Amino acid sequence: MIPSIPQSRFHKGVYAGYITLFFIYLSAPLIVVGVFAFNDSLFPSMPWEGGTLAWFFGNEAPYIGIFNDSKLLGSVGVSAFVAFWVTLLSVTVGTCNAFLFERAQFPGKNLLYVVALSPLVIPGVILGISILVFSNAIANGIEDTIGWDLEFLRPGLFLVILGQFAFVTTITTLVISARLRKFDVSLEEAALNLGATRRAALWTVTIPFLKPALVGAGIVAFLMSFENFNTTLMLVGSDAPLTIAMFDRLKQGSTPVLNALSLLLMVVSGGLALLSVFVQRDKNPD
Amino acid sequence: MTNPAPVTKGGKTSGTIRFGAVLLAMPLVLWLFLLVILPHIDLLLVSLHERISYGKYEFSLINYIEFFVEPLYWNTYVRTAVMSIMATVLTLVIGFPVSYYIAKMMRGKGKSILFLLCLIPFWVSELVRTFGWMILLRESGVISNFLQWAGIADGPVEMLYNDATIMVGLVYTSMLFMVVPLVSVLDSLDDSLIEAGYDLGGNAFTVTRDIVIPHAMPGIASGCIVVFMLTLGNYLTPNLLGGKDSLWFTEQIYTQFITRFNWESGSAFGFLLLVLSSLIVWFGLKISRQTLSETVG
Repeated sequence: MIPSIPQSRFHKGVYAGYITLFFIYLSAPLIVVGVFAFNDSLFPSMPWEGGTLAWFFGNEAPYIGIFNDSKLLGSVGVSAFVAFWVTLLSVTVGTCNAFLFERAQFPGKNLLYVVALSPLVIPGVILGISILVFSNAIANGIEDTIGWDLEFLRPGLFLVILGQFAFVTTITTLVISARLRKFDVSLEEAALNLGATRRAALWTVTIPFLKPALVGAGIVAFLMSFENFNTTLMLVGSDAPLTIAMFDRLKQGSTPVLNALSLLLMVVSGGLALLSVFVQRDKNPD
Repeated sequence: MTNPAPVTKGGKTSGTIRFGAVLLAMPLVLWLFLLVILPHIDLLLVSLHERISYGKYEFSLINYIEFFVEPLYWNTYVRTAVMSIMATVLTLVIGFPVSYYIAKMMRGKGKSILFLLCLIPFWVSELVRTFGWMILLRESGVISNFLQWAGIADGPVEMLYNDATIMVGLVYTSMLFMVVPLVSVLDSLDDSLIEAGYDLGGNAFTVTRDIVIPHAMPGIASGCIVVFMLTLGNYLTPNLLGGKDSLWFTEQIYTQFITRFNWESGSAFGFLLLVLSSLIVWFGLKISRQTLSETVG
């Protein structure tokens, strides 16, 4: 079953056929979503009524294109806002965690590491409700004791950011730790011997070395936040991020404007994916 | 950085270094305590409460008793678990030959391209992928029209809203999390081991059983654990592809929390789902003799 072992023509053909079928299965839903963005019909379904760009630029009801659909565009803005903060927070905290786990020795480190990994095995819905319940308890406690109503602890964007940050940080920690593990500490020591302060050595030697991982972790964090549904669903308030807004539209039955939006999302996230592969590729493999 | 060995310039004492380590640990401690540990303890506590009157609660097991007494909740729970296990096994069975093909049959550029192709759907939101399946499978969808055009079906065929469709969607959504660990573990299997297996008289079946699968076990374990956990906690796919009757446990949690505003029983459900998920993850690690750090780290 490896190229150096002779195999019958028939077996090879069957295997290659299976792989082809697999990739058709993988790509079919994405292709139809893209293709139906150009269908001149009110519903994203058959029959094909001819091509149109109305679902991108349309301005007359019911042909409202994505660039004129203020509600959907607004939710893209909300998602970008949330993703920006999640990225900033999770990369910062992930970097601190990476230094802590790779450089420091302290009692209980292994236990702490396992706890830090746990958000990956907690279902998103449960992470969402536990944060919802806890923040609500704090908000009620504060209201009962000193009478302040802390609006940001109620369902809303602040909690959405915290909820996504809670599990995205595990991923950024893993990505940045993996890179830091490869760092040769003697480079930092050389900088110190040459008279650099700790801070200068960190900023001129270590951080530039970590940069591919920082950028890569940032891209992954942004996309994970942008596409998150489960945790967001439980914590969302009146401002709906994109996934929630699209979900509501989908349940009601929507025009192909959703296809147009999905196609744009695919192009953007595909581009970001390629960028992250490119950034993380090690130029001088060791 | 409490390691005393490195020479520090600038007159730093070990005291300030230890202070630095504590400072470095602050975000970690805040993150884990405020967003992971305390919320889950609170979830457990709330699930053990019974609402007596407005703002008055008492300790009780009523929420858990209700879960076991009401057949709908119990059935949904078991059904979600069984279907998640089925989806995990199906993903493994479908994904393994593909991973093997990418890791062992392909070389050079073709290999990286095929691997990247496998990753692309992961970068697209689950919502978009599920939307794609809806367009394909609905009554007025692509496949229904194709079947009519080919003369296989007489009228429109509705393929949404049944268990098989949920399964197709779940396997699709999970595939990447299976293929990635499998490809990386199979990549590390030396070709000469497979050749040796054949030289010693093995055939495709025995070589796969005695050499390839034992070697791939860590990848199989981590793939299965991630897929199982994601499937169990999935909400979108069963909800959109399964419709009203999808009966997924996360939907029950959502109903209790958001629709019925019964947080006590919703917390109990959430905790039960967490226990189920942790138990099966733990069991998976045990039988494959892995640790959590090795599997996801």
